[in-house]
Amino acid sequence: MSETRELTCINCPLGCALTVTIRGQEITVTGNTCPRGEAYGKKEVTDPTRIVTSTVPVEGGDIARLPVKTASDIPKDKIFSVMEEIHAARVKAPVRIGDVVIRNVAGTGADIVAARNVNEIAV
Amino acid sequence: MSRTSSPEAAEHVGVLIIGGGPAGLAAAVAARKAGAQDLLIVERDRMLGGILNQCIHNGFGLHTFKEELTGPEYASRFISQVKELDIPYLLNTMVLNLDRDRNVTLMSRKDGIRRVKADAVILAMGCRERPRGALSIPGFRPAGIYTAGTAQRLMNIEGYQVGRRVVILGSGDIGLIMARRMTLEGAKVLTVAELMPYSGGLKRNIVQCLNDYDIPLQLSHTVVDIHGKDRVSGVTIAQVDERRSPIPGTEVTYDCDTLLLSCGLLPENELTRMTGAEMSSVTGGASVDESLQTSIPGVFACGNVLHVHDLVDYVSEEASHAGESAALYAASSEGERRADAEAVEIAVAGGVRYTVPQRIDPVRMPDKVTVRFRVADVYRDKTIAVYRGEKRLSARKTRVLAPGEMEQVILKKEELSGLTAAEGLRVVIED
Ligand SMILES: Cc1cc2nc3c(=O)[nH]c(=O)nc-3n(C[C@H](O)[C@H](O)[C@H](O)COP(=O)(O)OP(=O)(O)OC[C@H]3O[C@@H](n4cnc5c(N)ncnc54)[C@H](O)[C@@H]3O)c2cc1C
Ligand code: SF4
Repeated sequence: MSETRELTCINCPLGCALTVTIRGQEITVTGNTCPRGEAYGKKEVTDPTRIVTSTVPVEGGDIARLPVKTASDIPKDKIFSVMEEIHAARVKAPVRIGDVVIRNVAGTGADIVAARNVNEIAV
Repeated sequence: MSRTSSPEAAEHVGVLIIGGGPAGLAAAVAARKAGAQDLLIVERDRMLGGILNQCIHNGFGLHTFKEELTGPEYASRFISQVKELDIPYLLNTMVLNLDRDRNVTLMSRKDGIRRVKADAVILAMGCRERPRGALSIPGFRPAGIYTAGTAQRLMNIEGYQVGRRVVILGSGDIGLIMARRMTLEGAKVLTVAELMPYSGGLKRNIVQCLNDYDIPLQLSHTVVDIHGKDRVSGVTIAQVDERRSPIPGTEVTYDCDTLLLSCGLLPENELTRMTGAEMSSVTGGASVDESLQTSIPGVFACGNVLHVHDLVDYVSEEASHAGESAALYAASSEGERRADAEAVEIAVAGGVRYTVPQRIDPVRMPDKVTVRFRVADVYRDKTIAVYRGEKRLSARKTRVLAPGEMEQVILKKEELSGLTAAEGLRVVIED
């Protein structure tokens, strides 16, 4: 039983077309020009991860939306669960870069953190 | 509005920076570090950071900071430096006028019109998107058609949901980024159509913004019809031939409420033209020498207003260089400024579309000058070479060159001494 997947390596502009073959525990990558392609191919089929970015509404801030991101990469198949929690979140100004908005988002172990400063609006 | 002051009463500024985006910020920081005292950044928006404020995705600053920042985070690193160095800036203030003697007119709602005379000016106005009028799509003009950048601003800064079912024309990076962004916000992106046989976007964005979400990219396709009277109700896409004309019989109509256009960026050079600076018809920006000075003495340019960049890291790098040059110019006396610089034009051939700088002065240049350029097509296994007359100064093998990615060569002063226009300097792509 083997499974193959076609991927494009994104580590440099060359963009090698990779073929990854999974045979039980054994994973082989072909089509790569350098070792980085092999590492990328293996990670993409075993443990693909992504950084997720979005915005949440801010109350009383000098801007209406706070850009946020996952503090580290999260499993690719959790992206939409993470988005669901982000959609439910809202914050109050002031906010500093790096402030935690959601702890351990969707059980991934990663926090959602603020990606900019928002000052309180003078009333 | 306050009283309009007479030209005699103009305030004096050492280095005036027009635009507070990444280019203007890096230029200001570098000018200050190079000793310029009397700086002023003028920004028409209500915050510093330029277009980065709306680019909330990650991927900025890999080269500069060795980490993947979001646009606002990248901008904030430079904004903090501007604040630490006490560099003055004006927000909500637009530069209306600039002449060749560096007389500048500023306007803000709060302070009205102000006149400033600057020793040196740095142009850092960025670019804007090709408006849809520039695209020859037939049909009505119903609501629901946005440029990708406008949609990005509406969603990420104002917080609007732009559409539910989306077709994107053009595979530039902003379009690709918006395909993912809208998908994450619950919209269905049906397809991305690209007129050219290749994408103008970064590979990374095709993989992480389209492939990750199974959004099909159709190369050599374009929009031939837009349906709907008040709001877009559908878009028809057809394949195109080598001459980019639609092929009859290949039309497919998509049910959608939104069409995003991601068809390229145009440098914003109204002010540059007011000075009478020589322009490049290829980049749409000013033509500059190795110090990033335009043909108007004391007026420098950097960032997207000079040529469209793919990576903000290069914008910052280029802008620092412009900032240093401007500081030097502002501090020098008339006599020290070489009036008629012996600059030699850099010629291009074999698929190199342009270079920035466009000319180089072999005497005045520093030890090394970075020359950036873009190519016209996708090339595999070619060599980037620099020639002085018939002599090859350097050659670098490349596996792949693409129009979407900026390339560079480094010119060394020691190799250019005594260079004349008759001899010539060329950057070429060859086998
Ligand atoms: C819509 C859009 C989206 C983009 N998205 C990405 C992306 O996702 N990733 C990426 O790597 N690159 C992106 N880019 C490219 C990005 O522009 C550059 O990486 C970088 O921001 C360019 O910096 P800049 O300072 O030259 O221009 P900008 O960031 O555009 O800054 C120019 C500034 O000048 C100000 N200005 C202009 N005219 C005047 C005037 N007359 N008076 C006063 N102020 C003025 C503007 O308000 C603006 O703040 C995008 C570009 C656009 C247009
Ligand atoms: S495999 Fe190596 S050469 Fe090929 S795209 Fe990946 S990093 Fe670049």
